[in-house]
Amino acid sequence: MSYACRLRHALRTPVGLTALTGVLALALVALLGPVVLGPAAERVDTGAMLQGPGAAHPLGTDNLGRDIAARVVVATRLTLGLTLAATTIGVLGGLLLGVAPAVLGRRAGRGVTAFVGVLISFPGLLFVLFLATVFGVGATGAVLAVGLAMVPPGARLVQNLTASVAGSEYVAAARILGVGRLRMVTRHLLPNIAEPCLLFAAQAAAGTLVAFSGLSFLGLGVQAPSYDWGRLLGDQLDRLYLNPVAALAPGAAVVLTGVVFALVGEVFAQAGRPVRPPAGGAVAAPGPAPRPARPDGALLQVHDLRVTFPDGRRPVRGVSLSIGEGEAIGLVGESGSGKSLTAQAVAGLVPSPGLVEAGTLRFEGRDLLAERPRGTALAMVFQDPMASLNPALSVGRQLSEVVEVHERAARSAAWARAVDRLRAVRIPDAARRARQRPHSYSGGMRQRAVIGMGLMGTPRLIIADEPTTALDVTVQRQVLDLLGEVRRESGAALLLISHDLAIVAGVCDRVLVMYAGRIVEDLPVANLAGRAAHPYTRALIGAVPTLTTDRDRELATIPGRPPEPADAHPGCPFAARCAHADDRCRTDAPELVPHGTAARVACWHPLTPAAPGPGNPIPEVRDASTAQEATA
Amino acid sequence: MRKTPVPHDPADTRPAAAPAGATAGTPRAAATTARSGAETNPVDATPARPRRTAPGPWTVFALRRTGRLVVSLAALVTASFAMIHLIPGDPVRTALGPTADPALVEARRQALGLDRPVPQQFAHYLAELFQGRLGESIGAGLPVSDVIAARLPATLSLALPAFLVVVLAAVPGGMWAAVLTRDGRRRRGELAFGSVTGALAAVPEFLLAVALVACFAVAFPLFPVASRGGPDSYVLPVVALSVVPAAALARIVRVETLRVLGEEYMRTAYAKRLPARLRYLRHALPNLLASSLTVGGLTLMALLTGTVLVENVFAWPGLGTTIVQAITEKDYPMVQAVVLVYGAAALLITFAVDVAVAVADPRSTVRGS
Repeated sequence: MSYACRLRHALRTPVGLTALTGVLALALVALLGPVVLGPAAERVDTGAMLQGPGAAHPLGTDNLGRDIAARVVVATRLTLGLTLAATTIGVLGGLLLGVAPAVLGRRAGRGVTAFVGVLISFPGLLFVLFLATVFGVGATGAVLAVGLAMVPPGARLVQNLTASVAGSEYVAAARILGVGRLRMVTRHLLPNIAEPCLLFAAQAAAGTLVAFSGLSFLGLGVQAPSYDWGRLLGDQLDRLYLNPVAALAPGAAVVLTGVVFALVGEVFAQAGRPVRPPAGGAVAAPGPAPRPARPDGALLQVHDLRVTFPDGRRPVRGVSLSIGEGEAIGLVGESGSGKSLTAQAVAGLVPSPGLVEAGTLRFEGRDLLAERPRGTALAMVFQDPMASLNPALSVGRQLSEVVEVHERAARSAAWARAVDRLRAVRIPDAARRARQRPHSYSGGMRQRAVIGMGLMGTPRLIIADEPTTALDVTVQRQVLDLLGEVRRESGAALLLISHDLAIVAGVCDRVLVMYAGRIVEDLPVANLAGRAAHPYTRALIGAVPTLTTDRDRELATIPGRPPEPADAHPGCPFAARCAHADDRCRTDAPELVPHGTAARVACWHPLTPAAPGPGNPIPEVRDASTAQEATA
Repeated sequence: MRKTPVPHDPADTRPAAAPAGATAGTPRAAATTARSGAETNPVDATPARPRRTAPGPWTVFALRRTGRLVVSLAALVTASFAMIHLIPGDPVRTALGPTADPALVEARRQALGLDRPVPQQFAHYLAELFQGRLGESIGAGLPVSDVIAARLPATLSLALPAFLVVVLAAVPGGMWAAVLTRDGRRRRGELAFGSVTGALAAVPEFLLAVALVACFAVAFPLFPVASRGGPDSYVLPVVALSVVPAAALARIVRVETLRVLGEEYMRTAYAKRLPARLRYLRHALPNLLASSLTVGGLTLMALLTGTVLVENVFAWPGLGTTIVQAITEKDYPMVQAVVLVYGAAALLITFAVDVAVAVADPRSTVRGS
């Protein structure tokens, strides 16, 4: 969506409409006010001096008998004119000084930056007073003073913006192409910083109006016989006790105009704001789906889990899985297949507008749609260890609070356990490291610390959502080994989410393959090599290069793209990319049904012969439950 | 959606996702091994202390920040000295008026040292300044430092309580509003908060002061509306001074809180099943304090200069009334001195805020402000 388009959209909101109306009204008053009411504002009437509000003079008269209401209206033009003049000085000066470092050479640029840095460290009003003293008391001096005082903050903003744009790749590309400095500024920098600059200009206008009115109010701005709102306010201040309305009216005019400027700024801000879904956790109330109780020993039982977003995306479309005590399950799939959201739904961490529905969502026998899991039973390890630890708290504190909260442990005991767990996840010098904050940890150490955090209580299930994606290859190995070790020692089950089959194969017992929000195959790790039944699983395995892969050939890829989360596809979601697809695949969606002795597959044409003969017992409970659904 | 506050290049720490399986043996793996080094090797039990010889980030920060303070102070002193020379024409003649006796003008010029060469004047100005002497006022010939000493406490006795009111109202208020309106909840509450604080922040201090005077002088004579007296005479000026910055800061705090609530470590805290109180107070508050203080530092600095207008409305015998009077009377030595005092106070406030932020959020010292 282009900026102009978003701006039009923002103008149609209530705020936008109000801002537009306000700007039009101000312009109209400024243009017509002096023409219509000018004579009334200037007419001296010695017979009606210092009157209070009345029929002839709604706001009363001043010490020369002039109508105050008319003077307030007429003053609009001068006030706005001076405000806009000062704002223009401020914004243009800010742009010039802000862009200068990008145009000038390195040394001169640094000088300008340092100069602005010194200027910015003084408050604006001090500048205004200083400059007003130098330029002398009066309207011209005040415009220069207020305008120039606006330059340093503007310059700082523009400098920051250009610096961020100048570091971007397209500017680097333009520089490589030999684009000149000035052209760089006009073609690449200015257009890209225009939006925040517009916002700044609107805010600067509001600030200028206030500063200018303040100066005039103090008697340092506009001088008699001219008058602006500030001057009128100052003149009437002495009579505040007798005729408060006369003093408050110009003040109200300043406030209203300031609000209009602020609203204009709000419109620019709205137009510049990228639309992004807010984050946060919420498990929505379940739909009226029946929840059959299945008394079996599974630790986590999920049946027909769906995650939908208000914008129509359906990233998870009926996932069923179960995890037994101590089992290690891998959940693999391409980006966008819904694997992470499946895990987040289980942990109750789906971002806010997302709606979680499920036939069954049980953990340790508790209904997760109705209540949160028990204290520390469910531990999460997130993808990005750089972001998942709180930068303001020591790592030890972040670990120890888990048991302080959930087990009411004493502070010292909790700390001792935190150090112990950090040691257990092989943080060197754990006692000292525990007192440090995450920024002094390396990426691998942070991820180990997060795993250690999960071990503070008694986890029954560890959900690791791409725990190694953000890490170096060697560190990946360590973290995976640690997860395996932790699992062996604590007996916790593991749900490992990854797009990387090799990682899953090394750690897990069983693999669930997800595609377009559904589980398409469920197979033991041993079956991955050569015995996968779903064409998609085969393709995934085929895309993994090994040491024996012929380096002269291109890496194998899966042709085509996965369907978008918002698409509706009546048949098998993989049909469009599948070499074995036929008409049935494109019209009927295959269910996940038992295949062979230990696997399940959702495919009309499995690549391995299925022999789940009637005499062949299905080994695990979850398969039995799915079999019932499949036949039902 | 994710903002990583730590300055690191994601491409640097994230190995390309595609060629999985080959965890060792490829040139890429070898390169990353070499780079990740000892810190990531759990077998290596010795803690990594690579920057023993180089100055620590704290030292660098302290030196750099103090240097900046010194440079700014030097600029301030120079500017205040230069002011009297930037004024077009003869400042003494301007101050005393066209009808003043030429002999008096000449005497004042000599008293101010304006007849000497400029470098010598500057040296004299600096020497006097270090002894706490700020010259004499043009009109009355009073020592400026005496006037400052008499007026400064009155200004501080407004600014400091106002500072406390601003922080104590804005931080909890902004956080509360953010928590209530997070994830787009309570759109109306968000709108109400936005409009109320926006309107309050748009009301200039002096207008609010005038409105307060009008309200409490005429309608409800509860508090005195002019001059400095007993404790109740402080109420209205402090309110007038603190409402606008408090509203502005509350808006900043709300936005910062929303940003912090969207961070992944808050998801971690949620995943740890911490109660809401701990999540907001222990996990969110320190993170947003650092950033809010940085942005709010400017707001608080503006509070100091806000005293200029508020004092003039309430006839408060502080520096604000002094400087306005001095500017109108063209008493340049007095203006110079008050500018110096206000400027130095502002510089010290920002310095203190920066140090506080550095303590609260050590990453900012590493980044090098």
